[in-house]
Amino acid sequence: MSFTVPANLEAEIDKLITHYPVKRAASLMVLHAIQEHFGWISQEAVEWTAKKLELQPINVYELVTFYPMLRQQPMGKYQIKVCRTLSCALGGAYELHKHFCEKLGLDAHAHGPQTTKDGKFTVEFVECLASCGTAPVMMVNDDFHEAVSHAKADEIVGRCK
Amino acid sequence: MPSEYRLILKYADEPGYTPDIECYLRHGGYDALKKALALQPKDLPDGAKRSGPEQIRQEVMASGLRGRGGAGFSCGLKWSFVDRKSGKPIYLICNADESEPGTFKDRQIIHKDPHQLIEGMIISCFANDVHLAYIYIRGEMPDGARLLNRALQEARAKNFLGKDILGNGYDLEMHVHRGAGAYICGEETGLIESLEGKRPYPRIKPPYFPAVLGLWMCPTIVNNVETLCNVKHIVAMGGTEFAKLGTPNNTGTRIVSLSGHVKKPGCYEIEVGRATIGQLIFDANFGGGLRDGRKLKAVIPGGSSAKVFKAGEKFKIKDKEVDMLDLPYDFDSLIQAGSMSGSSAIIVMDDSTDIVGALANIAEFYAHESCGQCTPCREGSLWMSKALHRLTHGEGRAQDADYLVKIADNIPGGRTICAFGEACAWPVQSFVAKFKDEFVDKGAADEERRAKKSKGAGPGMEMKLAASQQH
Repeated sequence: MSFTVPANLEAEIDKLITHYPVKRAASLMVLHAIQEHFGWISQEAVEWTAKKLELQPINVYELVTFYPMLRQQPMGKYQIKVCRTLSCALGGAYELHKHFCEKLGLDAHAHGPQTTKDGKFTVEFVECLASCGTAPVMMVNDDFHEAVSHAKADEIVGRCK
Repeated sequence: MPSEYRLILKYADEPGYTPDIECYLRHGGYDALKKALALQPKDLPDGAKRSGPEQIRQEVMASGLRGRGGAGFSCGLKWSFVDRKSGKPIYLICNADESEPGTFKDRQIIHKDPHQLIEGMIISCFANDVHLAYIYIRGEMPDGARLLNRALQEARAKNFLGKDILGNGYDLEMHVHRGAGAYICGEETGLIESLEGKRPYPRIKPPYFPAVLGLWMCPTIVNNVETLCNVKHIVAMGGTEFAKLGTPNNTGTRIVSLSGHVKKPGCYEIEVGRATIGQLIFDANFGGGLRDGRKLKAVIPGGSSAKVFKAGEKFKIKDKEVDMLDLPYDFDSLIQAGSMSGSSAIIVMDDSTDIVGALANIAEFYAHESCGQCTPCREGSLWMSKALHRLTHGEGRAQDADYLVKIADNIPGGRTICAFGEACAWPVQSFVAKFKDEFVDKGAADEERRAKKSKGAGPGMEMKLAASQQH
């Protein structure tokens, strides 16, 4: 499978690289840009990024394996991230996560992100999203949702077409 | 009854206040920057001259401003450590990686008033001869990153950033850098490694003090969002005037993030030390009390790594006995009481809370977030989390309480490169010390239940390894 970066994305990446006096520093921002476009970071994407930044593939691969937000496999079209940490847990985050899993036919006790068979949804617990005053909170892709009741959760899922 | 004192969040929640530059300018925005850039060199009695940037640094020192990120270290002192003679460029990084559980104050500033942060940063950069600065924002705040990028563009268009700022001859460029979901990037040397494009493994100090060997081995200042916003106000009002806010050695205001079991969770900005923990939880101006019919059980006073306070706990401070709720919310009192105000995040737990479960939740966070560099932290945080998982899933033992403390005691105290070791050990040490009965009882109940279920299997059971000699 050939990996091709479209010209406009490459232009965006080239611009990002100019923000740093050392190319390597652009790694995270380049990986974000690639993931936003392709949905995940493949082995080819790692190699492409390394070449672009004049690095060894391992220098990029070690980032992909470290940072929780970087994905090594394709995820669902809608990624539901429920905050798991204390304030949200006190506000019902475990119940909310279970609610999503049951609604979408996933295992509430399984570890890590889980994707529905049709590839539409990925559900996972994430650590503190820094909005503890409006617990429980969650994200669907880049959209942030606060004080999510089960009814609100159903609405959010309903809006995902 | 104390009330809020809004300095940083003055306009943030006003109806109609928007994050764009026009709105900010209508509210006196960038006036402090103009003032800073216009400072004339001052003649000192000994004939020397004090430049504008030096004067700003002196004002920040006089203000007594302490870092709002967690450590509470003097900002003026931090700036004074910067190696200005090396000939290398000096960098400034805004730490917007807000990720200490319980904290959500920087989010308010970034989303509602991003230009205030940028103005504070430009002034701080000018004061420290910085020409390239970064805002390191956590990856989970994509909207915040977009808002900041837009605000930077607006500031560039008005020549508050870029070449020859407002004709002063000063050049500064600033970029947004996004993290990708790792708590350890909030640790300043981890943040620097991350910004350099590496895994965010914290650096060992000495020698890698950011003020001398920071970003690309150049002198670097890393300040929290709220701290940098304060610099704008220090320049606007003067350091001595700023120091009149709050209490001695605990000057200015702090944005307290209040969450958990209170009626009105949210961000409350107070003069440091001018409200007690009890007032923040119970007063109508702040948290408005617990949910109806509930009693207070525990309070985490400074983000999840701060040592927990138990309801009714008393401390001896300056020879006076003080109840936990009567502690003034400031830097020093909380340290004297054996905990810390950290990132000024209060998490309130009422009597419905399963304290063992709460600690299990915190321990799982730290086990997930340890960078893995140092063995005591990497292994210890995971062992503690596993023991607590067992204890909350019916597989506990009465001795688990002591086991947990034994692990926790062997992580901090110079055994790890960064303070994460302390951060993961303190909750375990304090929860178990203050609520030991609950941990022991839970483990004992599990043991008893297991013994009954297996009809006598357990510590007292006679073992039979092979068939008896006599058939």
